[in-house]
Amino acid sequence: MFFPISISTINPIYLVAIGFLIGVLGGFFGVGGSFIAGPALRAVGLEWNFAVGTDLAHIVGKSVVAAKRHRALGNVDLKLGLIMAIGTMGGAEVGAQLIQMLKRAGNVNFVVSIVSIVIYFSISTFMIWEAWRTLQYQKKRRPRTKVPGTAAKQDESSFSHRTQAIQRLKLWPMISLPASGVKAISLWVIILVSFVGGLFSGFLGGGAGYIRMPMLVYVLGIPTHLAVGTDLFEIIISASYGTFSHAIKGNVDILIALVMHTGAAIGAQIGAISTQYFAGPKIRLAFVPLPLIGAAIVIYTLVTGHKL
Amino acid sequence: MARVAPTKKEKTNTLRAFVVELAVYAVFVTGYFFLVLHYLSGWLQNLHLYHVKIYAFATIVLIIGQAVFLESVTTWLLRLLRGGRSE
Repeated sequence: MFFPISISTINPIYLVAIGFLIGVLGGFFGVGGSFIAGPALRAVGLEWNFAVGTDLAHIVGKSVVAAKRHRALGNVDLKLGLIMAIGTMGGAEVGAQLIQMLKRAGNVNFVVSIVSIVIYFSISTFMIWEAWRTLQYQKKRRPRTKVPGTAAKQDESSFSHRTQAIQRLKLWPMISLPASGVKAISLWVIILVSFVGGLFSGFLGGGAGYIRMPMLVYVLGIPTHLAVGTDLFEIIISASYGTFSHAIKGNVDILIALVMHTGAAIGAQIGAISTQYFAGPKIRLAFVPLPLIGAAIVIYTLVTGHKL
Repeated sequence: MARVAPTKKEKTNTLRAFVVELAVYAVFVTGYFFLVLHYLSGWLQNLHLYHVKIYAFATIVLIIGQAVFLESVTTWLLRLLRGGRSE
């Protein structure tokens, strides 16, 4: 199929299949999936600038479908998502400025690569440790009382004592998040979390869901299912902003995004519905390979010099 | 919040409904490629080249519009095939 905007010819079945895969991952984990979509679009010869912009447009569509489904399942905290969108956009701008500074210094690729590898490995290691400890604790505590299928949406974390300490910080203004079960938390903590997510999004590219989703769980104390749904809702706003910005620069082939999205629309629903059948720690444990895939891509790029 | 585990029969019905849904969806999407995208491509290319701000606005409207539309279609299909349940 010929796409006249980016002047490229790509098999639509390939685009639908990639969209479907990213849709399932996005619906289940609340991530944008740029670490797969970017290289996948580059692999079929799309220019780098079009791959980045088109991927963002496709993320908007996929997140709308997945967030709608999560909302129907009661997994979206709208108040939290809206507050986070402000911090994310601010952080993304600062991240983009940092990139410009490093570009002028002449060592942008090396610095960004090393930072991202450290971040990806740290997230994966921490999440393996935490999810494993929580699962072991649950096993010891109620070995015989478990009723099959009742595990869904139950959420415990071996890191919860730290989360509670963060929630007790009295930094005015304090707000409540009834949908997430958080009685009081400082607005500044939420802004800081979303700002850091946005910073990494602007600095490393993509939606940075691999950082934001764990931070929602471990720093703000949001249950995993709600963290996934709320992150998707927040991605709609921040990715729309990114899409608009890239489209003005001529970096979006919306026809490719629309074709990819036909696969993502069904994949995102499957991913979102699947979260109902897994408890929080299991979702967090299954999340671990995603940052590792990101790290592997960066290491490959650093070693070979070929950008995937 | 807890849920009751689906039975084997429910799982089989879900899988069957999903396969039928995929088939219906595939036919629908193929038609969509050839009809809608074919007519849209010329207009969008023109916007991309000469009216970039309108093009940027159109990208957001189109992707969100398609998302809402396809979500409604898949939800309707799921409901139809499962006799009133959407998940």
